[in-house]
Amino acid sequence: MTVVTLLLSKASARIADITAFLTAAVTTVIAFMLIGSPVNTYWMGNWFPPFGITLVYDGLSGLMLLIINLIALLSIIYSFSYMEKYTAKPKFYALFLLMLAGMNGVALTGDLFNLFVFLEIASIASYALVGFGVEHQELEASFKYLILGSVASTMVLLGIALVYAMTGSVNMADVASTLAAMPAKTTIAFAAGVFLMGFALKSGLVPFHAWLPDAHPSAPAPISAMLSGVLIKALGVYAMVRVMFNVLGAAPIYLDIMLVLGAISMVIGGFLAVGQFDLKRQFAYHSVSQMGYIVLALGLGTPLGLIGGIFHLINHATFKSLLFLASGAIEHATGTKHMKKLGGLKESMPVTSTTFVIGSLSISGVPPFNGFFSKLIIILACVQAQQWLLAVLASIASVITLLSFLKAMKFSVFGQVPQAIAERIKEVPFSMAFSMIFLAVMCLGIGIAYLVAGPTFTDIFLQPAADVLMDGLENGSANYIATVLGIGG
Amino acid sequence: MSLYVLTMALMGMGIYALIAKRHIIKKIIGIVTMEYAINLFLILIGYRTDGIAPIQDSQISAVELAARAVDPLPQALVLTSIVIGLGTLALMASLAIKLYEKYKTFDMSEINRLRG
Repeated sequence: MTVVTLLLSKASARIADITAFLTAAVTTVIAFMLIGSPVNTYWMGNWFPPFGITLVYDGLSGLMLLIINLIALLSIIYSFSYMEKYTAKPKFYALFLLMLAGMNGVALTGDLFNLFVFLEIASIASYALVGFGVEHQELEASFKYLILGSVASTMVLLGIALVYAMTGSVNMADVASTLAAMPAKTTIAFAAGVFLMGFALKSGLVPFHAWLPDAHPSAPAPISAMLSGVLIKALGVYAMVRVMFNVLGAAPIYLDIMLVLGAISMVIGGFLAVGQFDLKRQFAYHSVSQMGYIVLALGLGTPLGLIGGIFHLINHATFKSLLFLASGAIEHATGTKHMKKLGGLKESMPVTSTTFVIGSLSISGVPPFNGFFSKLIIILACVQAQQWLLAVLASIASVITLLSFLKAMKFSVFGQVPQAIAERIKEVPFSMAFSMIFLAVMCLGIGIAYLVAGPTFTDIFLQPAADVLMDGLENGSANYIATVLGIGG
Repeated sequence: MSLYVLTMALMGMGIYALIAKRHIIKKIIGIVTMEYAINLFLILIGYRTDGIAPIQDSQISAVELAARAVDPLPQALVLTSIVIGLGTLALMASLAIKLYEKYKTFDMSEINRLRG
């Protein structure tokens, strides 16, 4: 579809819009229809595992596919109007579809090296997209992101090489079954450490977060929404838990490392965000903090912790994308994203400010929005696992998040409109407003759905994903291995 | 064994170039050296002393090939990895050119408008 978009767009730039929209719409509909279907595998080229590459669809993959494609569809709708002010709009769509293909591949693959290839496809497309508006700051941010991302990818490749040396295979299920049968070796522990480093950098966890506050503000707004909403989750958190839990067999030491990384990211991200006056840079630091929440919950290793982590992953995708799209709308209308130059937008931009307030309340964990429920589950899971310090830290980080978003709202939405921008503010075009309204409705809808029909919601969306991870934690991925190596076709 | 140590030393040199040098092109050379060190490591894993190429023709049977040939799977992985490295290098080089046009310097410590 990337190539088709590029070729067709020579005829008219409108075709690129339509092609990108149709692609994302089709994949979203397929991902949505597949929710709840049983676990399935596909052998590429009819080579049976472990000799060929398998694509595996299970609960966790299905959920990731749904989020990735839905947020991508909404970002594409948003960029119909937003990307008009950049040149080479068809090339933007081509890179966007390439990134989307890479992320879908990461979610579906059952082979470690295939994971690396799709990781690189999505990463390289995102390096180019961050520097899309080729000004000073975008290029600098893109170069820094590129260097750090390349180091992370090299580490992942080193880990794959070590795993291959120890087990003789790169198929995930085959590696899992071989590692379960052999005694623990230091090489595998080293490979796990290297994997953790690589994927933690892709997730933006402290101390590997240095690229995130530069890259996310400099990218165009739909790309910021994609980067912060799905890329750091699909390439970072999803790959980390897939490799740690299902392939390497989660030893307690790996879970402890994830707990520590998550805890310090939560706190440091929150503290660094409070002092920011650039709207998008503050949101980027909050992404670091919320990734800390997700990794903390997944590192607890209890069933409630896994559900909390996965639920927060979904919620963060919705509200963080919403916040970045809203900040893009503010920048589109007013020409600035520095908080001290904004103010009083709620009269002249009602849709943007309402959705911005909804997104801020969701991320701060105010009921009845979705952020409240997922943060509550995470804190309860910490208490249940008797990690009192982590529960306290999670609560403190939540309060700091609320504090910084009150600051963001006060400076941008409420207050007086400054004279310099007063006359040219008007509401954003329909395509941008549509995406923001859809995401805001999703924030509220997920929250109310969980409040009203909690067990049903969990059973449909969250439990299959959590079961895959519990399978990896408890019985050495026996179900996963049986699915991939036993049945298939 | 010493080959593995030398490969890791090559990777260490790549990391050193990436961290310690301030010139953008030297950092790019460091990244490329690092990636090639890992490719070399992968090929070394599949190496067998006095092995033959894993190509089957009419003069050798499959069983004998499996006993004497070097492992072809890492070679396939490395082919893919080299191409990925090429793509990354192309992007890095074009970014370096664009950065020079904007900032008029190749010194990374002067390219620091994004701070805090």
